Amino acid sequence: MLRDMFRLRGVTKSWGALLAVDVDLELARGRTTVLLGPSGCGKSTLLRLLMGLLAPDAGEVTFDGGPLTLLARRRIGYVIQEGGLFPHLTAAENVSLPARGSPRTATDARIAALGELVQLPRSLLSRYPLQLSGGQRQRVSLMRALMLDPEALLLDEPFGALDPIIRAELQQDLGRIAKQLGKTIVMVTHDLGDAAALADEVILLRDGRVVQRGPLTALVREPADPFVTHFIEAQRAPLRRLEA
Amino acid sequence: MRRALAAALLALLFAAAGCHSARPLAVGSKKFTESVLLGELATRLIADGGVAVRHEAQLGGTRVLWDALLAGRIDVYPEYTGTLCQELLHSACDRATLERALAERHLVMTPSLGFADGYALAARSEVAARLHLARISDLAAHPELRLGFSEEFMARGDGWPALRARYRLPHKDVRGMDHDLAWRGLDAGTLDVIDAYSTDAEIGYYRPTLLTDDLGHFTEYQAVLIHRDTLLPAARAALARLFGAITASEMIAMNARAKRDKVPEARIAADFAAAHFGLAAVTAPDGVALRVWRRTVEHLTLVALSVAAAIVVGIPLGIVAARRRRLRRIILGGSGLLQTIPSLALLVFMIPLFGIGTAPALVALVVYSLLPIVRNTVAGIDGIAPPLRESAAALGLTSWERLRLVELPLAMPSILAGVQTAAVIAVGTATLGALIGAGGYGQPILTGIRLDDTRLILEGAVPAALLALLVQGLFDGVERLLVSRGLRLRPRADA
Repeated sequence: MLRDMFRLRGVTKSWGALLAVDVDLELARGRTTVLLGPSGCGKSTLLRLLMGLLAPDAGEVTFDGGPLTLLARRRIGYVIQEGGLFPHLTAAENVSLPARGSPRTATDARIAALGELVQLPRSLLSRYPLQLSGGQRQRVSLMRALMLDPEALLLDEPFGALDPIIRAELQQDLGRIAKQLGKTIVMVTHDLGDAAALADEVILLRDGRVVQRGPLTALVREPADPFVTHFIEAQRAPLRRLEA
Repeated sequence: MRRALAAALLALLFAAAGCHSARPLAVGSKKFTESVLLGELATRLIADGGVAVRHEAQLGGTRVLWDALLAGRIDVYPEYTGTLCQELLHSACDRATLERALAERHLVMTPSLGFADGYALAARSEVAARLHLARISDLAAHPELRLGFSEEFMARGDGWPALRARYRLPHKDVRGMDHDLAWRGLDAGTLDVIDAYSTDAEIGYYRPTLLTDDLGHFTEYQAVLIHRDTLLPAARAALARLFGAITASEMIAMNARAKRDKVPEARIAADFAAAHFGLAAVTAPDGVALRVWRRTVEHLTLVALSVAAAIVVGIPLGIVAARRRRLRRIILGGSGLLQTIPSLALLVFMIPLFGIGTAPALVALVVYSLLPIVRNTVAGIDGIAPPLRESAAALGLTSWERLRLVELPLAMPSILAGVQTAAVIAVGTATLGALIGAGGYGQPILTGIRLDDTRLILEGAVPAALLALLVQGLFDGVERLLVSRGLRLRPRADA
């Protein structure tokens, strides 16, 4: 078994003249990696490259040692900001979409188990996305991503649109789920709180390149670059000022 | 199930298009009263001769009838010698020349039916009295007069352009319009001079001043029948009874009965045939309810079949256009271009290809229904939010699954709106189908305009408007059925 789940070798991706991503990375199996950075740093593009939704201009992206085919994609769960739930399907229909063709009873059992895992009341399953709150939608989206019991879970700003209290709740729940399932998780965020709650390892990106990689504490204590300190301080400063 | 329905609809469509074989003889007539009366008479006599025959009444103008005869879609229709030489054959007008030219086209012209119906100019009588108008030459001194001519007269070889050149007429205010409306304009005083036929019923009751053709410009217009040289001997023998049988005053009287007294043509023709040929006068005119019901069936058939076919063709075209950037311009441009063809012109183009009746009208309606369906399908698919597209791709759905499970359901409200637009337009446009013998609500409207009969016009216009409303309502129901409830919800206030 390969130690690395994802491998990016000499991968570059540009939008016109703008370089979005230029990285060499391995992401270890069973760990939670948080891609951190300001808007436009290339972290979402990097996630799409990992999912195979974008093809790199140069280099190679592999998942479990192989190319990112349609079949490989079914072994990766994907959650985006606002959930990306289909508004014409109920929560249950959204969740079971990846498992279309499986026997009904197996699907229903799986939905019930996932509902317990993400703590979504059963009564909400028959609702349409527009009848759910933002936090509930993200829980449904997480269920859908986990439906096929994928080996990896990719999350793009999953808490981006939520208020702070619900955000904290979901952070906790996701951390618990990550520990419980032991899956390879890659999450994109610009929020230090998300990273603190979940990350085994943080990768800080700037202009498409890796600035520093390591545990969050290492980034705080031994910043590799003034930008690292600047990025971290920007989010901590308001609290500091209050304490002072 | 849905696939089977589509197949059945297609089969029906082809059946409608291919139904010309083994049909009874068809007598055609142009869309004015005298032609309809002569067509009705010819039909009765042929039927009396024991030959199966039907009357394709008020099919359209000269060109439509001529093309239909040449193409073998009809077998006989009433024509005038002057129209034949001036307009259709562009030849000399003597009988021998006409017969020779027609024979080359496998057509035969009968002897005169007994009267001539030539062109004349009719002036409003008070205007004629005030300005002392008696001859066409007198018009030259009054360039301020308002002239209104039938479209056919505006365009034909011996019509307005030649007349103006011959008499050196200086008039600027010259309008082309429907002949029946021109008579009403003359009566109302909005027109001063119009073209008239010498057997027009209106001459009898509007009492205009007929201006003498003092330079002998107009040719003779003997009423004849032309038919294909393959016409059955029994039918020919039947038609021979009409030769020399109708005098000019009898024709004016029959025209007046139809227009002024609102007697149905079938009744007038039956009376004439009873009086002159001893045919039993059997006509039981349909009640209004039965008539409207039959028109409704015809109209609904046109609308339902054409919109169904446009859906079968339009939605796949829209999907292709939405997915293939390069084909999009061609598909949207092409269906847009088709939409710009005037509906009358399109109907006439269809005649050589599909004959007369339901088939060409259906094809024309399909052509008009395409654009709203194609465009709304493209717009519906284009309008899907990028995160949803991305989710569908991330779930590992194949291209076909994405279309079926995500894109089409999300685009459905837009597609339905397109189909609804197409259906409402089709209800309106289908009324024009009557011009080429497709029946429907256009039939009473057409006849009503011709006979100046508001009641008849309403008999077509009111059900057509009601049908349009009904279609509108029907689609609200269909939307409930086909659009997911999740798309019809209002967003939560706190979401």
